[in-house]
Amino acid sequence: MDLKPNEKLDIKELLKDIENYRPKRRGWHWREGRGEKRQIGKFEYYETSENLKQSQPLPAAKYFENIDPQPQPVITTEIASGRFEDDIRRMRMAAWHGADHLMVIRTAGQSHFESLIEGTPQGVGGIPITRKQVRVQRKALDLIEEEVGRPINYHSYVSGVAGPEIAVMFAEEGVNGAHQDPQYNVLYRNINMIRSFVDAAEAKKIMTWADIAQIDGAHNANATAREAWKVMPELMVQHAINSIFSVKVGMKKGNICLSTVPPTAPPAPSMRLDLPYAVALRDLFREYRMRAQQNTKYMESSAREATVTHVLNLLISQMTSADIQSTITPDEGRNVPWHIYNIEATDTAKQVFNGLDGLMTMIQLKRHDSELGDTVRELKERAILFMEEMLEIGGYFKAVEDGFFVDSGYYPERNGDGIVRKIDGGVGEGTVYERDTDYMAPVTAHFGYNNIAQYGEEYVENPSKLIGGSTLEEPDKIIFIDELDESDNVNVRLEEVKDLIGTTKLKPEMEWLGDGIILLTMFLPTDVRTAEFAALEIGKRMNLHDCEVIHREIMQEAEGTRIELKGKVDFSIDTSELVIPPKPEIMSDDQIREDIDNKPMKVVAATVGEDEHSVGIREIVDIKHGGIEGYGIECHILGTSVSVEKLLDAAIEINADAVLTSTIISHDDIHYKNMKKLHEYAIERGVRDKMIFVAGGTQVSNETAVINGMDAGFGRGAKGSQVATFLVKKRREMANED
Amino acid sequence: MKRADDFQERRKKLADLSEDQLEARFWELAEELVDPIVDLGYKNTSPSIERSVLLRMGFSSVEAKSIVDNAIDRGLIGKGVGHIVYKLADKKNMGIRETGLLLVEGEAWNEVKPLFEGGAK
Repeated sequence: MDLKPNEKLDIKELLKDIENYRPKRRGWHWREGRGEKRQIGKFEYYETSENLKQSQPLPAAKYFENIDPQPQPVITTEIASGRFEDDIRRMRMAAWHGADHLMVIRTAGQSHFESLIEGTPQGVGGIPITRKQVRVQRKALDLIEEEVGRPINYHSYVSGVAGPEIAVMFAEEGVNGAHQDPQYNVLYRNINMIRSFVDAAEAKKIMTWADIAQIDGAHNANATAREAWKVMPELMVQHAINSIFSVKVGMKKGNICLSTVPPTAPPAPSMRLDLPYAVALRDLFREYRMRAQQNTKYMESSAREATVTHVLNLLISQMTSADIQSTITPDEGRNVPWHIYNIEATDTAKQVFNGLDGLMTMIQLKRHDSELGDTVRELKERAILFMEEMLEIGGYFKAVEDGFFVDSGYYPERNGDGIVRKIDGGVGEGTVYERDTDYMAPVTAHFGYNNIAQYGEEYVENPSKLIGGSTLEEPDKIIFIDELDESDNVNVRLEEVKDLIGTTKLKPEMEWLGDGIILLTMFLPTDVRTAEFAALEIGKRMNLHDCEVIHREIMQEAEGTRIELKGKVDFSIDTSELVIPPKPEIMSDDQIREDIDNKPMKVVAATVGEDEHSVGIREIVDIKHGGIEGYGIECHILGTSVSVEKLLDAAIEINADAVLTSTIISHDDIHYKNMKKLHEYAIERGVRDKMIFVAGGTQVSNETAVINGMDAGFGRGAKGSQVATFLVKKRREMANED
Repeated sequence: MKRADDFQERRKKLADLSEDQLEARFWELAEELVDPIVDLGYKNTSPSIERSVLLRMGFSSVEAKSIVDNAIDRGLIGKGVGHIVYKLADKKNMGIRETGLLLVEGEAWNEVKPLFEGGAK
């Protein structure tokens, strides 16, 4: 199965023979070619990685030869709509925009599920992570990474009360990155702390074997604390505990990534608070990797506001460092992220890093004798004091029982509102068992006491030899379960939307194929509450279903409100019934310029008849608007309300190559009558075959203009480049006829 | 617990440390905190760990859960559930997978306990 850029990814084809699929490779991948200067297009970049083979550049790239410089950090986007099959298409789009770390959020409740989930049930706020789902997505990414020309890291979560099993399944299925942090289970999932740490040791050992990069969960303290900027000392402690625990289990530091978040966002003076924290962290954890996450604590439903915070956070990444740059979709404050916002977030990261390339060759952080230096020192000291007190009262578990964590006080200040968990409480309490002296596990990547020697010293180095190899050496031993639920699986879901797959039927979509969701932005000149209900009524009258106001912003409390309304359409469009005019042909700017350089061109232009409109002709001619002057074409604008006779006489006088007429007024078909008149007068003057005649206007179509004697007509939205292309091509054609 | 910010008082003992010494102290404390937890992981096991062992031995998640739950019910998890399958297979001279499937069916458990009497071999 190969992907072609102009063909959709065939989900059914992916599902075929999935029970026998084996991942192409294992392990985390950092971008290639970092740390070297690179010429891309007209510029030399200081901080990029290797270009992609195929990609979707930023919108403004068209002014820069369509270059698409790839920043140095791995770029993450989190994709999990509840239907993994639809997420696959989104992953492909994200990869084309430059994401190479695709993170899959788990469905609500999976943390407390004692076992792997199997099959492909639909999820809520994420997807159920199962072997089949992982295998299909990895298979898709194996194809997509070939298509874009860069390995893609696939990522999910090794947490909850099935961490070690999930880690094994990830190792077997070629997952490249995972969140693993026992503190996350304890604090946010209320899983018993002993169970959580014992499981974590095994899970980390397995991840180490599979070269899976680990991301910790410390950033959640930031998202949970009442005043997020005050938990900075604790965040460093949480990072340290998970990092050093991982090292002691055997994980290499280069695979241990800190999930770090700038703690504040504007209107707080965020840079002054966030930057010292970022610097302190990078000092203390210089041997580890930084996964820079975006602040989500202060995220509201404004996609604009979220994007600005993202940009400020990216600036911190640029000024300190980031090995993995995470992106939060700007609509996360509204709903489960939509396709388009994953792409926006990915582009935001790429765009900002492109723009900031080489910044630190010009500026420097004031580390010494400065507020920055002092704050960095203070943060480190506060973190040290935090750990000293933890030890004083009896260690980590006692500290958790004592509510040390996620307290909103700026340690050593304590506000008494921390999360309290008991050592003999939580999910999975009492499920940890001491290993007997003859305890044994005949498998690879097992942590801890393992009395293999009782069966022969020769097995100690490689316990799985006892059973002729484990699944990690012998993947054919993996038992694949396809589906366990007949009514809740991918086949059922695909059947429901079969009319939209491989047919000419089309529906708008934001997250799932055929969801019919559209987004309307409107300004309503009234107060916010009235605006909200008015918007719902507007949606109803537009025949939208399930309308919901997902963003409201006061412009001025009496004058009006900005509303964003989502709703669903229940119809589909048949694209085979659409009348789509052929795409206008456009030569490149350079090609047009070259042609004009070689053979200069003169045109006269005017708005003809009794017509005082001048905007149209300016749009097409004026260099400021990207008009044809910009290509070196000599333009004579005669003005408005010019008679066709006067226009043509002027053209003859200066020996013009072409005549451009603008006809905005269309009452009584006057625009077409004027075209015909111009054509006939040109015949009369004997120049009809020597000059090019072009008519434009909002009500003009090419077809009717040609019928009325013109060589071409250009309607609403036409660009100077299209007109210039036509003029150059037509002139060549006429020269050939001669 | 509520407490005012007494950082200035507490930091006095750190004030003379160089930046390097401060960082060394940070990591020394972190290690001291996790060492006993690593030890806990070394000496103990859990249902999830044992299920993960069985997955690696070639059982499905459904089979692994059944075998581990049975082993816990019989007070045998401390032996290692993979160990149980291995030892029974050895005794019956059967393959690992077919032995495990017997245990999934709830059979042969009566043969397991005697295998582990007398501690380590």
